[in-house]
Amino acid sequence: MITRRNFLKNAVTGIAGLALPLAAIEIVDPKKLFADKGETQKVRWAFLVDTYKCVGCGLCVKACKLENEIPYDANVTRTWVERYILTKDGRIFADTPKGARDGFITSKIDLGEGRFQDIKKEDIEKAFFVPKLCNQCENPPCVQVCPVGATYQAADGVVLVDRKWCIGCGYCIMACPYGVRFFHPVYKVAEKCNFCYHRINKGMKTACVSACPFGARQIGNIRDPNDPVSRIIRTERVSVLKDEYGTRPQVYYRGISREVI
Amino acid sequence: MKSHVWRPLYVVIALVVLILIVRVFYVPKDFGIWERGYMYGFHNKDNEQWWKQFKVKYRFDSEYCKDCHSDKYESIMKTPHAIINCENCHGPVLDHPSDPPKLKIDKSREQCLRCHYPLPYPTSGRANIRGIDPEKHNPGVECSMCHNPHKPTLEGMK
Repeated sequence: MITRRNFLKNAVTGIAGLALPLAAIEIVDPKKLFADKGETQKVRWAFLVDTYKCVGCGLCVKACKLENEIPYDANVTRTWVERYILTKDGRIFADTPKGARDGFITSKIDLGEGRFQDIKKEDIEKAFFVPKLCNQCENPPCVQVCPVGATYQAADGVVLVDRKWCIGCGYCIMACPYGVRFFHPVYKVAEKCNFCYHRINKGMKTACVSACPFGARQIGNIRDPNDPVSRIIRTERVSVLKDEYGTRPQVYYRGISREVI
Repeated sequence: MKSHVWRPLYVVIALVVLILIVRVFYVPKDFGIWERGYMYGFHNKDNEQWWKQFKVKYRFDSEYCKDCHSDKYESIMKTPHAIINCENCHGPVLDHPSDPPKLKIDKSREQCLRCHYPLPYPTSGRANIRGIDPEKHNPGVECSMCHNPHKPTLEGMK
């Protein structure tokens, strides 16, 4: 027999059941997830740095900061240049004053905390400059740790940050083994090099690549066998930074030695 | 089962249903698992478009400058400075000449010293560039007072 009590009960359960959309209880199919990883993409951006060509002028850093609206005087930058000096008695010096935004216009090494050291020309065994930027890793640890899905990898391999979605927790900054990420001083969200995503998608080169007078920086599509960068990576001796971390970085270097970290 | 079991259970189920309903309206339509899979591709799809539409400031196209400034272009192209793009010293072109009508030229000594401060490092290309000691070579004076950056050879001296 139908009572008012039972009728109301059933009506509420029924409405709640109807309101539950099927999408809300969609179960993730592992097979589908694996299928999604198939490498059918035509474009995979990769970067090539020739440290023999780099003279440490820092024009790349200047161009990057102005192109990507990174506050010019704040001590943060998406790309930077490091100077390495190895002495004959085995000491290693490295510095990057202001990320080499103004280049290296003194022979004194910036040791930090306002201390500087000049090294005599005849004591230097070898010395060189190493430009650094985001490696757009194939296994980006910064993306894995993001709790909200604000940082992600696009299909072409570039790791991007969604400024509207980022909550500023800073996990990604801690997770990056290359120290590439930082807080944007204006937007208060995680910030990083994205290979000038707006330029490469319009057929232009990144700001740093175009700004470099010496051709020390190059960007290309590693999936295209005729791409000059792709060809150099395949046929010449190149290395990557911190290979042992298993991040599979996609910035390749010519001419770095084991002191470079 | 007794109603003392069912009643709290109904409350829990109602809460779960409520959360799922809120989720449907709160999470944007394009938020989901995209090309790079569950581990790396979890994001708002329209953010890719947002980054693609970021404003381009540098053209880095000497041909663009050549149309109006052909004298400067032809002069510098004959010199070792040809490898330096116009915008490295003249600043981002944007939509010049309409916006901005005038570019801010970096004539500072530091701009020239980026390459011409002597750092004779073995194994670095920097060692091959001629440099000056900024403390002894006419300190305090802009380089372009004497040197023409578009014709840096000694014949080009002003």
